[in-house]
Amino acid sequence: MPLSKNPFIRQLYRRFLDFYTSLRHRLMDNPFIRQLFSSFLDLVPILAVVIIFQVFVIQLPIPDVSDLIIGTLLVVLGLTLFVQGLEQSLFPLGESMAHAFARKGSLFWLLAFAFCLGFSAAIAEPALIAVAEKAANIAAAGGLIDQTDAAKDSYALGLRITVALSIGFAILVGIFRILRGWPVYYPVFFGFGCVAIMTPFAPAEIIGIAYDSGAIATSTITVPLVTALGVGLATAIKGRNPVTDGFGLIVFAVLMPMIFVMAYGMFI
Amino acid sequence: MIEWLIHLAVELLQTCRDILPIAATIIGFQLWVIRRPIANPKKTLIGFFYVLLGIVVFLEGLDMALFPLGSLMASQLTAPEFLGIDPVNQSVSWLTYFWVYVFAASIGFATALAEPALLAVAIKVEQISGGTIRAWGLRISVAVGVAVGLALGTFRIVTGLDLAFFIIAGYVIIVIQTYFAPKMIIGLAYDSGGVTTSMVTVPLVTALGLGLAEAIPGRNPLLDGFGLIAFASLFPVIAVLGYAQIAQWLSRNSTSSNP
Repeated sequence: MPLSKNPFIRQLYRRFLDFYTSLRHRLMDNPFIRQLFSSFLDLVPILAVVIIFQVFVIQLPIPDVSDLIIGTLLVVLGLTLFVQGLEQSLFPLGESMAHAFARKGSLFWLLAFAFCLGFSAAIAEPALIAVAEKAANIAAAGGLIDQTDAAKDSYALGLRITVALSIGFAILVGIFRILRGWPVYYPVFFGFGCVAIMTPFAPAEIIGIAYDSGAIATSTITVPLVTALGVGLATAIKGRNPVTDGFGLIVFAVLMPMIFVMAYGMFI
Repeated sequence: MIEWLIHLAVELLQTCRDILPIAATIIGFQLWVIRRPIANPKKTLIGFFYVLLGIVVFLEGLDMALFPLGSLMASQLTAPEFLGIDPVNQSVSWLTYFWVYVFAASIGFATALAEPALLAVAIKVEQISGGTIRAWGLRISVAVGVAVGLALGTFRIVTGLDLAFFIIAGYVIIVIQTYFAPKMIIGLAYDSGGVTTSMVTVPLVTALGLGLAEAIPGRNPLLDGFGLIAFASLFPVIAVLGYAQIAQWLSRNSTSSNP
């Protein structure tokens, strides 16, 4: 008799399947565990590529493996707490407010909200916090600023405030564009022109971080809140299409910091 | 242990300062401008605490894992023993660093393909284009865009060419593409650049760029180390506009040949 026909084995297999399904349902019903799993999935492509390269190309043992493993677990845990927290505090509030302001019709408060939202979301972006600190260390090592903690902190904070101001301004301009119904490429092309004109005059040490800063700051907090504001507004205004008019805010938020940070580099 | 606790307390306080503006904006506007009470104050407060704790733990993990991993890959892939070159010999061709480009491209392709935010955008694009632009085709073209962008970015660090030259050339391509691209897609295509650079990709790629600029003779991290993220956010725009253009062209051709 083949093994798969054996009643005992079949029973065992069915029991196992039942157990597995119920365990999976129980785990996946818990939002925290589901988020933990999806945070881990975010890291999988990076880990997979690194491991493939280590095993097949570099063929050397990885130093400090225990630190890397603990750090990876911390990243997964931190990301989980962060996203979980956003989803039960900032996102529902922010999204309902974005819709409320879009419908309310007070231009001043709408623009004020747009600016404050862009500014404060960028200040809280963890990737920007980390990279600004890195940039301050590089600037200190390169002799651009003093080698003290105070000088590095003030450089990093100055960079983040510049980026945040420019993102606030970018969202304000983007909202104004949606209200006016201008095509998205007018202000984008204007931004391209500004970047091209300013680059030769900006100090060489600032150009790299200036070009990177916009894309670094438009991440986990900024993108969903800003998209909700844009799409909500384009839905609320008659004659605007949520797709053609509602998108196109993030691109200003990527472009504007390039211009502002280059200016910061010129005046520092 | 005590030292570690003090370190944690300082980090928590600093992060409080970082999330204070967003909390003030949301709660302030809600109470004073919209004049509506917060629906679930206890849940909101716990949520803010999770955000705070999450940022602290995440940043700690970055310093232990993702930043060192990026620098490690940069130093191992450029080590003279790995490349089989004589470190005193300065005339090294850019082709020697072949595996650096392959690694950068693989990281870009894999992370972009797995990015959940991009999946959401791709599904939206498939809906608005009425199915002429496929979600899968779009995701693959963005992933190829990020891969090409990062490979070019590392090539620029290796050769020390001007960053602005590449980025402004990219702008010229986007301006030309915008003229021909379907109008519906432009806003979404522009935004796709900001979408692909996630919280875990940015630190790794930044560390890779800085590590390369440190390891390659004649490069300076201050001048050459940054700029990879700019490539990774520019090339998806070109890829999406290009893919939308080709998809539109193909569907027009097939409708005209089979009436």
